[in-house]
Amino acid sequence: MAQISFSGLAHAYGANPQVEDDYALNRIDHQWDDGGAYALLGPSGCGKSTLLNIISGLLSPSEGKVLFDGEDVTSLSPEARNIAQVFQFPVVYDTMSVYDNLAFPLRNRGWKDDRVKQRVLEVADMLDMGDRLGQRARGLTADAKQIISLGRGLVRPDVAAILFDEPLTVIDPHLKWQLRSKLKHLHQQLAMTMIYVTHDQVEALTFADKVVVMTDGKVVQMGTPQELFEKPGHTFVGYFIGSPGMNILPAQVDGSQATVCGANIDLQGCYKTGGSNVELGIRPEFCTLNNRGEGVAVEVQLVEDLGRYQIARATAAGSTVNVMVREGEHCETGPAHVSFDAQHVHIYQDGWRRESEA
Amino acid sequence: MALELRDITLKDAGQTHLYPTDMVLEDASINVLLGQTLAGKTSLMRVMAGLDKPSSGRLIMAGEDITGVAVQKRNVAMVYQQFINYPGFSVYENIASPLRVAGVSNAEVDKKVQWASDLMRLGPQLQRKPLALSGGQQQRCAIARALVKGAGLVLMDEPLANLDYKLREELRSELPAIFKESGAIFVYATTEPSEALLLGGNTATLHQGRVTQFGPTLSVYRQPNHLLTASTFSDPPLNQLAVELRDGLASTAQGDSFELGGEALPDGSYLLGIRPDHLRLHAEADSVPLRAVVMVTEITGSESFVHVHYGDQRWVSLSHGVHEPALDSEIDVYLQPAKMFVFDPSGELVRGPRG
Repeated sequence: MAQISFSGLAHAYGANPQVEDDYALNRIDHQWDDGGAYALLGPSGCGKSTLLNIISGLLSPSEGKVLFDGEDVTSLSPEARNIAQVFQFPVVYDTMSVYDNLAFPLRNRGWKDDRVKQRVLEVADMLDMGDRLGQRARGLTADAKQIISLGRGLVRPDVAAILFDEPLTVIDPHLKWQLRSKLKHLHQQLAMTMIYVTHDQVEALTFADKVVVMTDGKVVQMGTPQELFEKPGHTFVGYFIGSPGMNILPAQVDGSQATVCGANIDLQGCYKTGGSNVELGIRPEFCTLNNRGEGVAVEVQLVEDLGRYQIARATAAGSTVNVMVREGEHCETGPAHVSFDAQHVHIYQDGWRRESEA
Repeated sequence: MALELRDITLKDAGQTHLYPTDMVLEDASINVLLGQTLAGKTSLMRVMAGLDKPSSGRLIMAGEDITGVAVQKRNVAMVYQQFINYPGFSVYENIASPLRVAGVSNAEVDKKVQWASDLMRLGPQLQRKPLALSGGQQQRCAIARALVKGAGLVLMDEPLANLDYKLREELRSELPAIFKESGAIFVYATTEPSEALLLGGNTATLHQGRVTQFGPTLSVYRQPNHLLTASTFSDPPLNQLAVELRDGLASTAQGDSFELGGEALPDGSYLLGIRPDHLRLHAEADSVPLRAVVMVTEITGSESFVHVHYGDQRWVSLSHGVHEPALDSEIDVYLQPAKMFVFDPSGELVRGPRG
């Protein structure tokens, strides 16, 4: 297992990139811990696959270096980097047994039979595939095949890192739960460096210690799930994480007062903001509907009952304000007010979160 | 203009794909087919569309028997998981294509394409080719084409499954209003309980070729009549606990016991169903603590999923906020007997949550 670092890393598919937009991946300087679980999260086209391909060695970056444990591997081939990969769709040999599929990466490296056996049994046990080792892969369901693919990724104890590229795409929701938590459990047992690429926030947040949120070829925030939820560093993170995402409202901020959709909101702390592009961000979880005239005047357009909670979808002066309402709490369409939990209000300028000044 | 399925079955090469199924899909309604892969959702849709002839039973549309009518002669539109568009046509012509086939006048085509593209917010993309669009826009284009056809029955087979999570969320929240405006009977297959809840309307839960329950979505969710329905309609999975009941006292194989409360039930074996959000990490009024071992914890930032073992049962607790009990540690998890589903050993519901 290895610590992975990026030094001045950037990639443009065309020659002579000049401006940010020319880059598929804008410059990053990161250090990812040995044994960490990382997720690259973002919509299609955000650059997460470009970054993954650079880590695996399928793509040579146009600028900067990739280091494994301090050693420059930028020019090494995928084989020479000693990396295991698990893809979106199962990669198994249909004619081989489950056992032989799992053994394949080890035999390839000249492992002796008894050592192969010990390791295969160990991994099969972790994946609850122990009783199916003699079965041919062909007859297995898509999710069983994907479990074998995971096993093939995990079987070599000496790899620098395991890369997962949307590995749960073909899996049914109820099995996703099992596989996801299995993967997390395995990570805790094995302490392998794992990198997981996905567009699915739930998968990213539940799997990773650190989530790297990307959009338009840029890393906009890297943090724990809690940090991304509680302190989105960029309005994109606020929007992308959470269902529904953060409410982002145009605001005027003067010291510790904000004016939002015609209402005055007290802020915790003072902000120095200039320019026109100032916004206030508040998650639906931290908004409360009231009929006491507190906060922003809204019109509730629709109430969606999702069983364990409800979402009130409201509008205020052309902006959308979503409010989470508890199960069983009364909620109806029509005029209302929405108040904000002050400690969860954030101020953004040009998309980036501003810290308050004491 | 309701669609009625009367005693429909589908068998093929000795395999039963659909067991006897009766359903009435009301005019201008949203009907979700919810079930795991291979539960029979696609089979049921293909029969409704006329792509497959049922082995027995009848299909009645607006009072007319259409069981033997070919799909071409029916007024049906279908949207698949894979976005299907004509790559050589502009978005405009893609949406217009069913109208062109029907020989509709240019002026009428234009009106309908404008209507559907406004509804699907494709106005700015009308002159582009599908491949120049994002996945979400390509699927909107396929849906718009299904809408202009003016079909009485629109079948959608996991239409959002191939889209990015966030796009899916956005399109999903727009669909109910779009469905309502079009006035057709919509049938929408999905594997995701949350999708059924977001779409509202009616939901049929499917399990291994059987419709286990069909009714208004929230009532199927809140009042499942069978363990299979409750499990199909639970994400994260429904927690289960087998108990022996004697004089109102429920005992587990692990030697724990607690008062079940509520109306008295006859002594015997029962299976309790506990939704993950009702399995708590902290004591509340009338809750019952059980010792469990922490397997793994998943945290989304706003919620925590704590997976535990109770005996050989695997449970998950869903709670607000960040909670991370140590791996392999023993903790108390709390059940609320008033919020449990009580099933008999065959899975039939005996009693739902109280209050």
